[in-house]
Amino acid sequence: MAVVFEKPKALTDNVLHYCPGCTHGIVHRLVAEVIDELGIEGRTIGIAPVGCSVMAYDYFTVDMVEAAHGRAPAVATGVKRSDPSKIVFTYQGDGDLASIGMCETVHSAARGENITIIFINNAIYGMTGGQMAPTSLPGQVTQTSPYGRNTETQGFPIRVCELLSELDGPAYLERVTVNNVKNVRNAKKAIKKAFQNQVDGKGFSLVEVLSTCPTNWGMTPQKALEWIDEKMIPYYPLGVYRDKDGENNG
Amino acid sequence: MQEKVLMKGNEALAEAAILAGCRHYFGYPITPQTEVAAYMSKKMPKIGGVFLQAESEIAAINMVYGVAATGKRCMTSSSSPGIALKCEGISYLAGSDLPALIVNVQRGGPGLGGIQPSQSDYFLATRGPGHGDFHVIVLAPASVQEMADMTLKGFELADKYRMPCMLLADGTMGQMMEPVVLPDPVEIDTTPKDWAVTGTECKREHHIVNSLYLSPKKLEDINLERFERYKQIEENECLWEEFMMEDAEICIVSCGITARVSRNAILEARKQGIKVGMIRPITLWPFPKKALLSAADKVKSFISVELNMGQMKEDIELAIRCKKPVYGCTRVGGMITTVDDILASIKEAAKGEE
Repeated sequence: MAVVFEKPKALTDNVLHYCPGCTHGIVHRLVAEVIDELGIEGRTIGIAPVGCSVMAYDYFTVDMVEAAHGRAPAVATGVKRSDPSKIVFTYQGDGDLASIGMCETVHSAARGENITIIFINNAIYGMTGGQMAPTSLPGQVTQTSPYGRNTETQGFPIRVCELLSELDGPAYLERVTVNNVKNVRNAKKAIKKAFQNQVDGKGFSLVEVLSTCPTNWGMTPQKALEWIDEKMIPYYPLGVYRDKDGENNG
Repeated sequence: MQEKVLMKGNEALAEAAILAGCRHYFGYPITPQTEVAAYMSKKMPKIGGVFLQAESEIAAINMVYGVAATGKRCMTSSSSPGIALKCEGISYLAGSDLPALIVNVQRGGPGLGGIQPSQSDYFLATRGPGHGDFHVIVLAPASVQEMADMTLKGFELADKYRMPCMLLADGTMGQMMEPVVLPDPVEIDTTPKDWAVTGTECKREHHIVNSLYLSPKKLEDINLERFERYKQIEENECLWEEFMMEDAEICIVSCGITARVSRNAILEARKQGIKVGMIRPITLWPFPKKALLSAADKVKSFISVELNMGQMKEDIELAIRCKKPVYGCTRVGGMITTVDDILASIKEAAKGEE
């Protein structure tokens, strides 16, 4: 019997702990497919964050390091500087990357550190039970913005790709989502480019993936996918925010 | 054997780290240890090493965490306020059983404090610098020579026990110049460690460097195993130096620059007929409890001479099980005890005996 669909080699057999309808599983799979396709499994080292994907180290077959909250880009810098022939990626959520770890994020980007960052933006803290994130939308109801995010007292969401695009350091910044088949295919292309860039020594690449959190958004998985189209994309437009390749090509 | 050279403590420790095979240094400027970073920034690029000025102390210690996870010797250095920031990362190093050297050239505190020498991070260093239940090995050099020697020792102990080690110097040790014979270069075992993340080459199960254990039973087991190692360290790795203790009736306990001043005070006191000696702890954790306890049977009292309000004094009292009185001779805020300060304490202790 011909095999028409199988699990990527770079994923372990462990059962993912993610909630029904959460898109972490899709993004994990895309990262693993890319690792397989580039043939880099044996020399890839992943850095797991603190948040819902804290146990990402159990799901990838590559060597993994679990970092403190927000510090993954600094840890990745250490791993990469220890042996630049290794392919080093971090996998981080919005609280980890854009709040407590913003300093590490901005400076690893400014250094043009030759690493790959997969940034899951679901506009909420999932693991701790649905608190306001640096990327929660104006008016968004969360456990710590029960009356809706009030921009007068709780400020505005941070658009990470746009922010980093002001720096000279990054080689590649793109925002994608995985809420339908077409978008999943685009996300895979972006993730592949972000890893290929590192293989080619092009420097800092970050892919922001607009993701769902049905549990803490209080929505069905289907509604959550629609909410990305209706609410998130208007605030966080998809697209390429930096591509040194493109610039070089004129 | 290398020839004797005149060096600043901070530079001697930096060069010793290179000779110890450390090729990865991450730091952030802070007085009075910035010479370490300056030295590394000059030297590392010339020997294929990595010098990186991090965006913060927190980033620097996490870069160290990254290199340590790959099984290579690495270090960071800072001074008191910066070390406080590194405590998060030091806890993760301890929790993930990673070796690394952290240098703390102490200055006065708390808060921004001052930039003059201090020993006020004694508690911070010896009680496990960070959250959770753990220790780091703490070495307290008292000369530029020891700045170099203890750097080497620190890397060795960190590797041997797979844990962070802190070189706890006071600002004087970092800033003063003395003749030093640097250690010979160390041949490092470059065989990949069976726990390090070096890439699986698709030939082995993946390695995970981690400090998260959601099962309480597993977490307890890991902690208990770690404390078994700590017990061995307390048993085997205590270092101290005794000075004129043979006939001493009063025992000074002091480390770093105050131990140097104490030597002169002891010589002066002996001229005046008071029999004083000194036990100088070189490892502050493990603390040389046995040496002090056995001294407690011979001497009439102890004096803790330190540049803080009496932090080590508590360890002395615990070590001697409060068998004898422990006097304190302390200066703080960057003030250094003088021979006269110590002599006054010696005389007070001598009077106390009568």
